[in-house]
Amino acid sequence: MSKKILAVDDSASMRQMVLFTLQGAGYEVVQACDGVEALEWARQSAVDLVLTDVHMPRMDGITLVRELRGLLNYKFVPMLILTTESSQEKKMDGKRAGATGWIVKPFNPPQLLATVARVL
Amino acid sequence: MTFDLEMAEIAKVFFQESREGLDVMESGLLSLGATADSENINTIFRAAHSIKGGSATFGFAEVAGFTHGVETLLDEMRNGVRPVTAEAIQTLLQACDCLREMIAATEAEQPLDQVRIASLNGDIKHILGEAIEAPAPVSTPARAAGNEAAGTGAASEPGGWRVRFEPVADLLRLRNEPTRMFAELRRLGAMVAHADTSRLPLLDALDSESCYLSWNIDITGQIPRGKLDEVFDWVDSGCRLEFTPTGASAPVAPAPGAQASARPQAAAIDAWSAETKAVSPTETKAVALTEAKAAAPADADRSAPAGAPVQKAAGDSGSIRVATEKVDNIINLVGELLITQSMLSSFADGIDPNDLDRLRQGLSQLARNTRELQESVMQIRMLPISFAFNRFPRIVHDLSRKLAKKVELKLSGEGTELDKTVLEKISDPLVHLVRNALDHGLEIPERRIAAGKQETGTLELAAFHEGGNIIIEVRDDGAGLNKAKILQKARERALVAPDQELTDEQIDNLIFMPGFSTAEQISDVSGRGVGMDVVRRNINDLGGHVQISSKEGLGSTIRIRLPLTLAILDGQLVRVGKEIYIISLLAIVETIQVARERVNTLVGRTEVFRLRDEYLPVVKLCDQFGVEPDSRSAEDGLLVVLEADGKRVGVLVDDLLAQQQVVIKSLESNFKSVSGIAGATILGDGTVALIIDVPGLIRSVVKQGVGAAAAHAA
Repeated sequence: MSKKILAVDDSASMRQMVLFTLQGAGYEVVQACDGVEALEWARQSAVDLVLTDVHMPRMDGITLVRELRGLLNYKFVPMLILTTESSQEKKMDGKRAGATGWIVKPFNPPQLLATVARVL
Repeated sequence: MTFDLEMAEIAKVFFQESREGLDVMESGLLSLGATADSENINTIFRAAHSIKGGSATFGFAEVAGFTHGVETLLDEMRNGVRPVTAEAIQTLLQACDCLREMIAATEAEQPLDQVRIASLNGDIKHILGEAIEAPAPVSTPARAAGNEAAGTGAASEPGGWRVRFEPVADLLRLRNEPTRMFAELRRLGAMVAHADTSRLPLLDALDSESCYLSWNIDITGQIPRGKLDEVFDWVDSGCRLEFTPTGASAPVAPAPGAQASARPQAAAIDAWSAETKAVSPTETKAVALTEAKAAAPADADRSAPAGAPVQKAAGDSGSIRVATEKVDNIINLVGELLITQSMLSSFADGIDPNDLDRLRQGLSQLARNTRELQESVMQIRMLPISFAFNRFPRIVHDLSRKLAKKVELKLSGEGTELDKTVLEKISDPLVHLVRNALDHGLEIPERRIAAGKQETGTLELAAFHEGGNIIIEVRDDGAGLNKAKILQKARERALVAPDQELTDEQIDNLIFMPGFSTAEQISDVSGRGVGMDVVRRNINDLGGHVQISSKEGLGSTIRIRLPLTLAILDGQLVRVGKEIYIISLLAIVETIQVARERVNTLVGRTEVFRLRDEYLPVVKLCDQFGVEPDSRSAEDGLLVVLEADGKRVGVLVDDLLAQQQVVIKSLESNFKSVSGIAGATILGDGTVALIIDVPGLIRSVVKQGVGAAAAHAA
């Protein structure tokens, strides 16, 4: 069975780009447009990887990671945050919240796949 | 190939999304002036951040570079480092405009306005207190891919590395699996990992989720240091990580460009623990990770089966984007369905009633279903008027600055929905009315204070439903119209006869006459005398109506009445001879039987009819459209009194038939444009009936001089 990835981003174009790239590589992708929506979904379903943007309305990506880590289902699920190069601080915030790692924005599809392959 | 095509499609989404983001930024910035609440700034920041991220991702480096400055400024505001000043808001608003143009140019693959970009960039840098220089380049994927170059530095690489990796206990909890890192290392060169179990506690004290192992890794090959950093990038913080070059070629110190992970080259390597034994990565996994692994899948299995995707596409309110063309097509089809249904109904009327109960039942059901379907399809075309209203905060902001007036804009009824076409066509007239109200209506603060009013003027835009119509009102509490001046001007231009008495309302509405402007000076905001008549024409062409009422010193209210849609009409069927015409119910004031003594024939063949105190020109449809009527005499027929543009005429017809909703078919696209006819529809019996263009008809009658004659008779 193909690996399932939860991709969270408030930008539709980024979601589409991620979706297109990951589906093209044979992953199953579930999308959410902010942390609240992602968390709601995650409470009832499991995935193999969470990929989340940081800046989102309602609930940001760091909070989402922290919340997800608190769920039994998600205790050991790899989680990657999408962040901009400049924000070393965000990377560390992400780590402290429980993120496995990060993908530096901007990234292109091959970079995304290479990074996902590091944890799946 | 398909990949590029797909990415181009996604880029289109990005363009659309950016435009929406810019709208969000703009309205956020405009309300920021009043209240600097942090959630608002956050929203603006996120929008800018998304545009930057997206433009960089899709390779639009210049957009990304420009947005970077905007984002930085917003970030500082958001963090409270930078005060939110009017100047900064103004600059950011201009930056939004500039970005909008950049995005449009990028989408159209046109060159960018470099001068403007550089100038605004300078403004932003100025606010940020930075020296003016080229915009900070934001890396595009191509550059990010070159990351590996960063850490290499030295030309001669060592023949291998010894890595001491002492992770934090949390390593596994964050799912940073050593085995995966080892696998990556193995891709770089031949690798042997020795597990150091010295930190492993006794079984009682062992926490199954913690990592107690450390590793000493030997890897051989010409491997740039940067590559190793990449592998350990995510676990860098908190872990002890030491890299020592080994091997034949001269060891070099870590390259100058090496990242934070460069640890002091302590004598750690000597501390190879005595107990260290070589284990393959898979064994390592067996030691430390089994329990950790066991916990996760067990939970995963218990969880519910894969649910539906959280959300498929964009849209906060579950909205969809549909091409207007497709919707129009559906509307057209539904119209055909309606026609079929009414055809069946009229057919059923002519058959033996005994067999027909069930058919009638079915037909009434068809009628109900059709109507419901039609209503719900029409809903697709309906958009909230906020699409038109949303422009106004910015327009009012810019214009009031320019005119040095203080204005508070109040919007209400933004959720009121109307047809997309009506919405698009009403937008420009509304802008014109708002500009007029700001320019001519509202006074400068000093004059307001002198008049005993609040320093800040109020401009209200309100939309609401009334009957089957949408009403839009533009209200200001300004000076109101100067009736004496308007009347004087109208007399000067012979728009009003010298001895003619007009009501206040009639005087006010003179401003909608062509060539009428009361502005003392022509400003670049408004006042060229073309405008209000065009506004009225546009509104009339939409089947709407506009009027103004004003109280001197207290303000003016402009009231626009619009039909909900242009695709369907509530029509009155009228008969002239064998022809059936349709007249919009909205235009019909009343219908009367004509008494001979009330009809006067004026100069030649023009007839006027006295209705109470008013003389109406009588329009004979038979003459207008060249058909043979039952009778040419007014008293044999019925007079339908129609009103448009504040003018009334009586239209003589032979008979009134049913009232029904008709689907408007364009005459222009199916035949050609005919003056006096707004369109056509197909009736139940399959015949084509023409829909009368009431404003057009009245205009042409007035032009022919009948109106003047009527005025004379009065």
